[in-house]
Amino acid sequence: MPLFASLYNFAHWLTQNREEAEDLVQETYLKALKGFGSFQPGTNLRAWMYRILRNAFLTSRTGLSVKMTEPLDPGADAPPLPATSDTPESMLLARMDRQAVADALERLPVHFREVILLCDLEEMSYQEIAETLAIPIGTVMSRLSRARKSMREMLAAKGQGASS
Amino acid sequence: MTCAWQAKLDRYVDSELSGSELTQMEAHLRGCPACAADALSRLQLKRVTQAAARRFSATPAFRLKIENSIGQANASRWKWRWTPAFAAAAALVLVLISAGVWLQRARGEQALGELADLHVATLASANPVDVVSTDRHTVKPWFQGKLPFSFILPELQNSPFKLIGGRVAYFQQNPGAQLLFEFGKHRISVFIFQNRAELGRLDSVSALRSKLSFNSETWVQGGLRYFIVGDANAADVHRLGELLKSAARS
Repeated sequence: MPLFASLYNFAHWLTQNREEAEDLVQETYLKALKGFGSFQPGTNLRAWMYRILRNAFLTSRTGLSVKMTEPLDPGADAPPLPATSDTPESMLLARMDRQAVADALERLPVHFREVILLCDLEEMSYQEIAETLAIPIGTVMSRLSRARKSMREMLAAKGQGASS
Repeated sequence: MTCAWQAKLDRYVDSELSGSELTQMEAHLRGCPACAADALSRLQLKRVTQAAARRFSATPAFRLKIENSIGQANASRWKWRWTPAFAAAAALVLVLISAGVWLQRARGEQALGELADLHVATLASANPVDVVSTDRHTVKPWFQGKLPFSFILPELQNSPFKLIGGRVAYFQQNPGAQLLFEFGKHRISVFIFQNRAELGRLDSVSALRSKLSFNSETWVQGGLRYFIVGDANAADVHRLGELLKSAARS
């Protein structure tokens, strides 16, 4: 079954709930089968499947509540944030552990979490992410930059809390 | 301290820099410790994120459930998706088969038509046969050396059919014997050729046919293809056929 494990993982990260993730994956496969005629051979199957899953999520109960509470595309056109190499959090990254990163990822707003997952976990190109999320590549880059900055800040805060 | 290159560090870490940009970035990183440290820290975060994010796995029961539902949906989808294709293919095969049968029949009819023409041309000639004899022991030996095969010519003394004579006929570039028989006032031609694959299609034409009031019959016996063409009625043509067949069998 193509992409099953990674789609389930992505769905669980989006919904933060096993049952909802299962519903989402099931809905994704059924929709994909039903709409397979609309899939254009030669285009990206993975991006297509993830897009179906994400659209299903956005119309789900959790997805709708996320849309109500979080701006879907904050600062979409803002330039990437300046890097923060001279701040202490970058130094703390060496000590960060998986659990801390997972916790930070969990606390990220969904629109940041999904772009990080698609880029870092699924190793999608910016183009693929743009196709999946139906946003311009510039927005992918700025969102990714903000998401990472946000993660680094969370990890730094945790590191400072731990060291203090 | 900020460096202009830092804006591109995410793209560097995500392997999104193009060839020349990548070369320039790598050159810059060798000379800029701040950017190099930043790139390393971003790369570390990316790697740890990748490991940390691979976290949730579906239960085997759920995987099985999805596999089953996909299997079912696929089966029905496949069924509906291909039904029109199968119908079209079946229709095409039917059309091709009917076309093939029609073509064979048309060719068979054409072949019989050619033989009817030969028969008529023979009758129209002032010298319809080259060997004129009612004696089968004269007619049959006459074909020796003229045909690459031999055939059995029965004694028809006690039948209403009277041998008039014979000649060499050509049908589809092949030589054969044309025997002319008399039946009352009717003349009937019997053509005998070596059977060939292309004559096999004549089997699809019914053994006894009427065309332009000529009755004809054809069969294969002993590697030879027989045709009878004449204006006698169908039953008499068939009778002559039976006499020839029984003679060749004996």
